[in-house]
Amino acid sequence: MNGLKRGSAAIVGVAESDIGSVAAGMSPLDLMAQGIHRALRDCGLRKRDVDGVFCATTQARTSAMSLCEYLNLPSAYTDSTIVGGSSFEVHVAHAQAALAAGLCNVAVIAYGSTQRTIGRRQASAREYNPYETPFRPFLPASAYALAASRHMQEFGTTREQLAEVAVAAREWALLNPVAWEKTPLTIEDVLSARPVSHPFTVRDCCLITDGGGAIVMMSVDDARSLGKPPVYVLGYGQAITHASISSMPDLTFTGARESGAAAYKMARMRETDIDVVELYDAFTINTILFLEDLGFCPKGEGGRFVSGGRIGPKGSLPVNTNGGGLSYCHPGMYGLFLLIEAVRQLRGECGGRQVKQAETALVHGNGGVLSAQATVILGTQAALTA
Amino acid sequence: MANATTSPLATYIEHLERGELAFQFSPEANAAIFYPRVICPFTGSDKLEWRISKGTGTVYATTVVYPQKGEPYNVALINVDEGFRMMSRVEDIAPLDVRIGMRVKFRVHPAADDEPPYPVFTPAEGAP
Repeated sequence: MNGLKRGSAAIVGVAESDIGSVAAGMSPLDLMAQGIHRALRDCGLRKRDVDGVFCATTQARTSAMSLCEYLNLPSAYTDSTIVGGSSFEVHVAHAQAALAAGLCNVAVIAYGSTQRTIGRRQASAREYNPYETPFRPFLPASAYALAASRHMQEFGTTREQLAEVAVAAREWALLNPVAWEKTPLTIEDVLSARPVSHPFTVRDCCLITDGGGAIVMMSVDDARSLGKPPVYVLGYGQAITHASISSMPDLTFTGARESGAAAYKMARMRETDIDVVELYDAFTINTILFLEDLGFCPKGEGGRFVSGGRIGPKGSLPVNTNGGGLSYCHPGMYGLFLLIEAVRQLRGECGGRQVKQAETALVHGNGGVLSAQATVILGTQAALTA
Repeated sequence: MANATTSPLATYIEHLERGELAFQFSPEANAAIFYPRVICPFTGSDKLEWRISKGTGTVYATTVVYPQKGEPYNVALINVDEGFRMMSRVEDIAPLDVRIGMRVKFRVHPAADDEPPYPVFTPAEGAP
């Protein structure tokens, strides 16, 4: 029970900032502002309409303060909750609550990162953990690799099945004109790529790009007066099970079980009601774990489930339709891009990768090392009233 | 209330300096606690006892890191027999040969330069 009301708020505007490799000297705040500018234009609102600022980045310790300065919004309601890559799914719930409470009327949720330009170490300094750092895990990859080792041991998940996830993401990316990766990928390519943290090669790992963006949210009554159809927030749930991988209760079960169950309950839906699935694929094992924990297949069956291209463009379940963090864009924290793609799918704006008759989308954010799980279920007007 | 005279981390490291793998036990939760803390995460109580592990455990998960420079090395999660899990490394074996379910035994990696001692493990096949 989270107190949020099904469909009380909607996402009305979405946009990426520049992504991939951005101009030298661009700051994370520049990218947030660019995303906000474009997202406001997407829905026909102006900067002066904004009175709620939600943001997170690893490159600005006080990002909401910096963004209020940048946008000259001294009176804005602010929230810079940061729980890793799923921060933006959390922001959706916080913005929905703030809109319902009258704390703001037009909320923007923004992200920006220049980690490719300035280097990952500069963009996101690792905190020293006396119980992990001495062992030099290559984080975050090694944490997810440990989870993969456990999944392979318990359920017989294979290297090839992990690679299927990367191949499907690449096939979707080839349909997305702004995706970073432009060339086909085979299972053999994934297996023979440079090893990073066993069993992962570099092709099991998300991209390291720059990028940012923004979404605009309003209460349902305000949202309907704008030019584009609102995309309603139908369900939300979150679960933060740990921060460090050595404290994860069970490496084969994630908090997506709890966050997904809460989101389905609020949305009055189940997995069979979902048309489009956007899962935070920082590593290939993520997609498998989340498909299981969100009910799309039984626990342990994820590897077999993704085989044969089932989650690719020709498959039966459309997953990560923009190409995902693996092949489209992954600027450090990816959660906002899941929301942007889901909204575009529900508006029918996705061209060659458009999922037919998409009325509902499940967005699942992941933060830290399988730590902070947050599920958002979105829907069209038809889904809202169904 | 007077300030604490030592931290959970300092106590843990003092034990390592004596060759001991220490962990906390929460009597109220009847559970081992690791990493060391000031309160029990299950009950919220500050009644935590320090205990010394026998130093035996089982590999729960394993990976091999391939650094850009240098040799590949193991990183593992170890289920220690007293009922807690920790990150460590299994030594004296090729890193890719570390297997989930393998029995392992603790030893201290000694302090070096500014780095305090830390616990590593070695294969202990046949150990109970």
